[in-house]
Amino acid sequence: MSDIPPTDPAIRARGLIKRFGDLAAVDGIDLDVPRGEIFAILGPNGAGKTTLIRMLATLLTPDGGEATVLGHDLTADPQAVRGAIALTGQFASLDEDLTGRENLILLARLWGFSRRDARARAEALLADFDLADAATRQVKAYSGGMRRRLDIAASLIVTPGVLFLDEPTTGLDPTARQKVWRLIRQLAGSGVTILLTTQYLEEADQLARRIAVVDHGRKIAEGTSRELKAQVGEGFLSVTLADASRLDEAADLLAAQLGARPGRNAEDSRLTVRAGSAAEANAALAALIAAGIEPSDFSMGAPSLEEVFFALTGGPGAGREATE
Amino acid sequence: MTDPAFARTTRPAPPGPFANALTFGWRAVLKFKHVPEQLFDLVMTPIMFTLLFTFVFGGALAGSTGDYLQYFLPGILVQTVIFNAVYSGMGLCTDITKGLFDRFRSLPIWSLAPFAGLIVGDVLRHLIAGGIILGIGLILGYRPEAGVPGVLAAFVLLLAIGFGFGWVFLVVGLLVRTPTTVLTLSFSVLFPVVFASNIMVQPETMPGWLEAFVRANPISWMTTAMRGLLSGTATAGEVVAALAAPAALALVLMPVTLRLYRRNA
Repeated sequence: MSDIPPTDPAIRARGLIKRFGDLAAVDGIDLDVPRGEIFAILGPNGAGKTTLIRMLATLLTPDGGEATVLGHDLTADPQAVRGAIALTGQFASLDEDLTGRENLILLARLWGFSRRDARARAEALLADFDLADAATRQVKAYSGGMRRRLDIAASLIVTPGVLFLDEPTTGLDPTARQKVWRLIRQLAGSGVTILLTTQYLEEADQLARRIAVVDHGRKIAEGTSRELKAQVGEGFLSVTLADASRLDEAADLLAAQLGARPGRNAEDSRLTVRAGSAAEANAALAALIAAGIEPSDFSMGAPSLEEVFFALTGGPGAGREATE
Repeated sequence: MTDPAFARTTRPAPPGPFANALTFGWRAVLKFKHVPEQLFDLVMTPIMFTLLFTFVFGGALAGSTGDYLQYFLPGILVQTVIFNAVYSGMGLCTDITKGLFDRFRSLPIWSLAPFAGLIVGDVLRHLIAGGIILGIGLILGYRPEAGVPGVLAAFVLLLAIGFGFGWVFLVVGLLVRTPTTVLTLSFSVLFPVVFASNIMVQPETMPGWLEAFVRANPISWMTTAMRGLLSGTATAGEVVAALAAPAALALVLMPVTLRLYRRNA
């Protein structure tokens, strides 16, 4: 994988398009993923993240545009791309009937390891991924976190130049998620370029050096999390309501006051909206209280990545259909 | 994780297509070890068919259970192989729904290797099921007049039949979304085609239109050749006729399988 100049990006895509019938799941995306970095594709369900990653991993043929992965052309030489990458899909792609060890040996043998080397490689990976105790158990008896770890281990039989991780922590509990995060950081530390998709802003913020925000098959923003925050602007007002049932009413009021639609988080009845200045925020809060809507908490500050995301995508992706 | 193993392992020389296929075959063998239930499925149906037909209908159909067994056993071997070929399609469909196939597709391996592996599994299944049925037949009094050479020839034909039909269900497995659908869809087509053959009864007893269908049914040709090989009366023409359908299926469906595999799922 050192056959291209080290300054070239690991992934370079121009105008990638994938259509399913009338729907353009990916609608002209450019991407430059620097080598050795963690790069996150952030977007709601159905934004086209999985389609994008499946194209880059040679599982889907693009309908338009072009891309190279570690210098290999995606359409002209997919087999060379396959030799340089590994993909960990959204669902643990393992044989559930086999044991953890057998799954790894199977893949190592497919890569061309001798029987003995395949076994040694499997043992080493199992130990590294904290799965040595479960090596002889069938994968169907594994917990979600164990499956994920084995799934990632299965992608590392031969250290890939680029590792694609499609929503690596979806469905994991917080402890398991932390474990996977640590693993991803370690991998990046050992020089692997990682392209991951996520719908969790926290995940992108925590892991990725650069983030591309994708919505409706298009890239709507890209940068470091700091750049993205700066792009949306400072001065975000965040209001938590005491009475969640008045969320709609409060959102309308804030929108009227500040001229921007608030992002909303129904879970903790919180609204976030860009407020030009402290004075404007103050006036908006006063209007809320005058209307008899009691804020249980409010703050003014730099936007969180979540707020940036809502500002960019125009709302927290409610009612969006999953097309992936 | 102090000294992570994932730091840099160089890729070994790429293995050949045959080595890839063997690895997938090894996976099929492991499945037998971990899911022995599938063997139960595999042989229980044909054993029940053999026993029920022989003892329940045998006397009525052929005058005596012994005569009927002599007629029926070669046919039940054909039926078993065709029914069991459905399991590969199911296995393929399971791999696809679990995302395992995506992993295989993202590996730099021979693209037909996963299918070759399924076929290795098929061959093993056919040999096991065929052996058990023949064994039970022998216990019940079935006698292959052509002896060991006849039995060997019959089993070679049996594997050819299984190989040809295997592709049908691989295509179904690639097209259909859930493994259960593969099973129900395949059997709803297979049942009439297999029953409307000369496996169970002589076609002379059927209405004219059905008799015409049964005589044109390639499953009847296969069954006739199996009877011939086991009793030592087979003609070259019968064997060629029996191989026609499996050969045609494999020739037509292999490229279709590859296309579907490479198609954008």
